[in-house]
Amino acid sequence: MKNTLRRGRVTAACLTLLSVSVLSACGSGDDDKKTEAVEKLGKTEGKVSILAWPGYVEDGSNDPNVDWVTPFEKETGCEVTSKVYGTSDEALNLAKSGEYDVIAASGDLSLRLIASDEAQEINTDLVPNYENVYDFLKNTEWNTVDGKNYGVPHGYGANLLMFNKLNFDTPPTSWGAVFDTAQLERNKGKVTAYDSPIYIADAALYLMKHQPELGIENPYALDQEQLDAAVALLKEQRKYVGEYWSDYLKEIQAFETGNSVVGTTWQVIKNNIKNKDVEVVLPEEGATAWNDTWMMSSQAKHPNCAYKWMDYILSPEANAQATEYFGEAPNSPQACEKTTDPKHCETFHAGDEEYAKQLWFWRTPIKDCLDGRTDVECTDYAQWTEAWTEIKG
Amino acid sequence: MSATSAPHDARPGRSTDPALRGPVDRPGSRLLHRMVWLRLSLLLSAPLAWMVLVYVVALAALLITSLWSVDSLSSEIDRSWTLDNFRTLLENEVYRDVTVRTLAVAAAVTVIDVAIALPIAFYMAKVATPRVRRMLVVAVLTPLWASYLVKVFSWRVVLSEGGLAEWSGLGSPGYGLTAVVITQAYIWLPYVILPIFAALERVPDSLLEAAGDLGAPTGMVLRSIVMPLLIPGIVAGAIFSFSLTMGDYITVNIVGGASQMLGNLVFINAGAANNLPLAAAIAMIPIVVMLVLLTAIRRTGALENM
Repeated sequence: MKNTLRRGRVTAACLTLLSVSVLSACGSGDDDKKTEAVEKLGKTEGKVSILAWPGYVEDGSNDPNVDWVTPFEKETGCEVTSKVYGTSDEALNLAKSGEYDVIAASGDLSLRLIASDEAQEINTDLVPNYENVYDFLKNTEWNTVDGKNYGVPHGYGANLLMFNKLNFDTPPTSWGAVFDTAQLERNKGKVTAYDSPIYIADAALYLMKHQPELGIENPYALDQEQLDAAVALLKEQRKYVGEYWSDYLKEIQAFETGNSVVGTTWQVIKNNIKNKDVEVVLPEEGATAWNDTWMMSSQAKHPNCAYKWMDYILSPEANAQATEYFGEAPNSPQACEKTTDPKHCETFHAGDEEYAKQLWFWRTPIKDCLDGRTDVECTDYAQWTEAWTEIKG
Repeated sequence: MSATSAPHDARPGRSTDPALRGPVDRPGSRLLHRMVWLRLSLLLSAPLAWMVLVYVVALAALLITSLWSVDSLSSEIDRSWTLDNFRTLLENEVYRDVTVRTLAVAAAVTVIDVAIALPIAFYMAKVATPRVRRMLVVAVLTPLWASYLVKVFSWRVVLSEGGLAEWSGLGSPGYGLTAVVITQAYIWLPYVILPIFAALERVPDSLLEAAGDLGAPTGMVLRSIVMPLLIPGIVAGAIFSFSLTMGDYITVNIVGGASQMLGNLVFINAGAANNLPLAAAIAMIPIVVMLVLLTAIRRTGALENM
């Protein structure tokens, strides 16, 4: 008996040792990460793997008329495989797998990719179309760190307010439709919100305009008190929320059946909804927004095709198609000339720097306040994540 | 089977009869024949390695990961030991609420499934003709052939506004915990019916007849003969539905409205927030619950004749 007991203990110890060594072996795969930019391009590898938001890499399988991948494949011989993601958090995890060469990252993802050595510096000389890009999109704080450029701009746009007009007497023009209790009351259980901690910034933006005494200057730079106020607002909203969405197909279905009638959305979602009563608006408070960057993985297995893709998607033709389909502003005046709707760039205020200043592009909240305050410590993304779990309850 | 074929094989003078062939030089098999332990360890090493790697090491890895923490900006894992994750679980009431909610949903699903499965299984095992029984077994098994996601999304459509549930006049509870209970009860039902059916099939008819002959009323027959023989089956089915519901996060994501269960917390911490250590700590909750539950069930002795 004693003997078996001892043997059991030895076995347990061996197993623990084994699992520790397996785990540490898994953790030590950082050696093949290459964060420096390449000097010149080589032969294309014949394929490229892309991680992007839905609607960025369309090869005609969703809509036969929407296809800018096939011309790229024909032109370069790089076969494209792509995967879409629903939240920046999901994308970070996927990017870490090292399966993807190119990643379309919003501002709340790009800095995290750079900080975790997942991004490779870009040699913009190797991306001829980079020249055309609006200057105010270049070398911004979300694609450039320490003077090193980690990505090329794709396009930008706002998180809009989507509503079913049958449920409103007058079309809403304010985010109050999803934050003001009096207005929430009539749509109880049919309100939807984006299922990610970054949505806290939407509440902060509303508070910034409606409760100036909180002193919020930037919705991504919240001290503890300001975060608490935003969380309280979102907890109040939670009572009226029917469901949270991160899967855009789920939101499309919910608005088509009428299970959701008001909530935050992207233009591309509105474009896919067949219900004619559903409309979108950019509320008067402005909006949180995304400004996307094509980045390259430090573990990229097909760097040459990756550069080819970045150059291609920055070309006026491809960029016009992709940004028009997603419903966002293109990245260059040349792309604006190529859109099928001649007013597209006007609608999305492409190149309008003043307008872009109204939009609060997604950033990763960190301890050092992004608005420049030094007398107080801001809340970081981990705290936002914890708060988000608490809000959902 | 073996009884009928044995004399056939034993026919003398057959050309393939091993006894009549000369000694064959097969050192491998001779060695294995002599060394019983070698034969055994070769036979068992593959399944044992599988067990150890897939179950034990995975569990140990989970436990170890839950003792680490994560750096918030770069989300690199910090491999120094800390109990912070478990402290968070205990101090933050969200996790307690979600745990209680998850257990309540799992319990509701289990009760509903057992209540539905008992009469169906009884009909299948004791009342139906063999032909009907076969058809019923097929009918119970058929939903298992359809994809899980397809079934859950069908329920999303059924329960949606203007969907089948409202259209049929029954009314829909809308997306929420009720919808989760309904969907999960539907999905795990076969796993509850089958063990109860198997247990009932083993109850000999003669026992029931004897009880009837001796004048026992139906209630007494059920209570003192059928139930004791049935308990292992019910327990097995209940364990299936309870543990499967407790670990699920897809159903609640699709039909659960704004509510979240333990699986969602694991999912957002592993998949979204990149906090693998906290996700591991949360994942320990259902494991601990199942261990406590299984120990309690073992105490009652229900596992002994399973």
